Amino acid sequence: MKAHPNAHDRLHRFTQAVLLPLATLCLFIGGWEAFVYGFGISQIVLPSPSAIALAFSDGLLSGDFSWHLAVTMYEVLAGFILGSAAGLVLGFLIALVPLAERILYPYIVAFQTVPKVAIAPIMVIWFGYGVTSKIVITATIAFFPLLANTIMGLRATPHDQIEMLVSYTASRWQVFTMVRLKQALPYIFVGLDVAIVLSVIGAIVGEFVGAKAGLGYLILQKNFNLDMAGTFAILIILSLIGVGLHAIVSWAQRRIVFWMDTAGDRVMGA
Amino acid sequence: MGDTMTLPHVTTAPPPSVARPSPLAAETLRETLLRIAHVEKTYATKDGQAIHALKDVNLDIGKGEFISIVGPSGCGKTTLLKILAGILRRSSGDIAMQGRDLNGPSRELGVVFQAPVLLPWRTVLQNVMVPVEVQKRERTSFEQRARQLLAMVGLSGFENKYPTELSGGMQQRVGICRALVHDPSFLLMDEPFGALDAMTREQMNEELQRIWTESRKTVLLVTHSIPEAVYLADRVVVMTPRPGRIVDIIPVDLPRPRTLAMHNTPEFGRFVARIRAHFNSTGSLD
Repeated sequence: MKAHPNAHDRLHRFTQAVLLPLATLCLFIGGWEAFVYGFGISQIVLPSPSAIALAFSDGLLSGDFSWHLAVTMYEVLAGFILGSAAGLVLGFLIALVPLAERILYPYIVAFQTVPKVAIAPIMVIWFGYGVTSKIVITATIAFFPLLANTIMGLRATPHDQIEMLVSYTASRWQVFTMVRLKQALPYIFVGLDVAIVLSVIGAIVGEFVGAKAGLGYLILQKNFNLDMAGTFAILIILSLIGVGLHAIVSWAQRRIVFWMDTAGDRVMGA
Repeated sequence: MGDTMTLPHVTTAPPPSVARPSPLAAETLRETLLRIAHVEKTYATKDGQAIHALKDVNLDIGKGEFISIVGPSGCGKTTLLKILAGILRRSSGDIAMQGRDLNGPSRELGVVFQAPVLLPWRTVLQNVMVPVEVQKRERTSFEQRARQLLAMVGLSGFENKYPTELSGGMQQRVGICRALVHDPSFLLMDEPFGALDAMTREQMNEELQRIWTESRKTVLLVTHSIPEAVYLADRVVVMTPRPGRIVDIIPVDLPRPRTLAMHNTPEFGRFVARIRAHFNSTGSLD
């Protein structure tokens, strides 16, 4: 009898967290399937879930997707690493060197107001149809979240912690390494989380503008061939990539910033 | 018990009757550790007005002495402590520690703050070790000392816990261990128990008295609480605001070790009343 409420509780939580959303999904997919067949909607307008599933498994098993997937992943990761590294470095510079803030910050803000999507065509002309232009576009998008959050994080150190260290004769460098860096980490992870999701968008946008390979390129190709099921299948891959990368960042965050309660899943996107 | 316990007139406790700055009889027998002479602090407000946070503060603190500073908010007691801690700069005046000018943070000081100010990513032991790390002292022997201090305040077994797993009183005790770990001669405490409930506070007062007798530190305690000041101090320094200055220094010659029951004795009450009279006359009691 003692264990019963506990087990009941766990079942309740399982129902709430897993079964209910799963049921919603099944209902949604079932309704979609019925809608497509019931109303005789053309596969060119709206493919049925079963057709999408088929295209998905076909694409994966035949190896059609793998090359494009590899290209896009390469662009996403390379752009993310370059962009966030640049954002991180400049963020430290601006937060720690007042002169750098006065010289650079207005231009960086001005740069941020330019929609990166709008400069994608220029990047393609400058850097060609290969992966380089996509990496550059992705990097420019991943840059700002890191920059902004690094600056904010380095300024977030509570004053009493600095006073505490100073009273024990800490140098500026010791204050930086022992407290400010640590206090900046949660913010930096928020930046990384936003940047990694934006990076996927950046790579796809770059491929849309002009590319020879990649999942964005494949979407355009399938669209052109009126292969809607194939397009949807790639969309699923893209969202899986986003969820996967977000999960990796969250995992690293929980390990490294272990002293903070992670405030659930943050809203993704810009 | 050494010089910390040898206070003059321990046996007879003449009720303090005359409310004038005392001639510092107790402290003349001690070696002076810290000399504060004519210290002033003025702030400039945004509209250019000067605020006199401290005006002509003079105080000699003897080695091993326990000094409490009481006063209402804005009397400059925390400002004075922060100047001693090297966090704030004085506008003028002299502060000398054992004859040497004190201008900035010192390794001979340990500071306990209003909030515990523990670093949440460090364990209890790692938090206590902060001064040792900052001052690049030899780690292993001081770690031994840190463990002993934690045991002294009843926190053995908590060395590897994180601050969030501790209650407020426990966190403040960790803060006290941190202030003592590098074996400073002088302990500065800025309303360390202000955030604790009354029961925990009395318990911490008892504990602090024990720590003080065992470690033979010189202590300067800033507090809002008059009974706390009297209970712990050899001398109570009374400050009033606008401008922040010392208006009275009252030697407390209640016998040691003091017990919580002493709070109810007439002698104790007289000390409290004498101090409180200063605030009633200025019309402000916190």
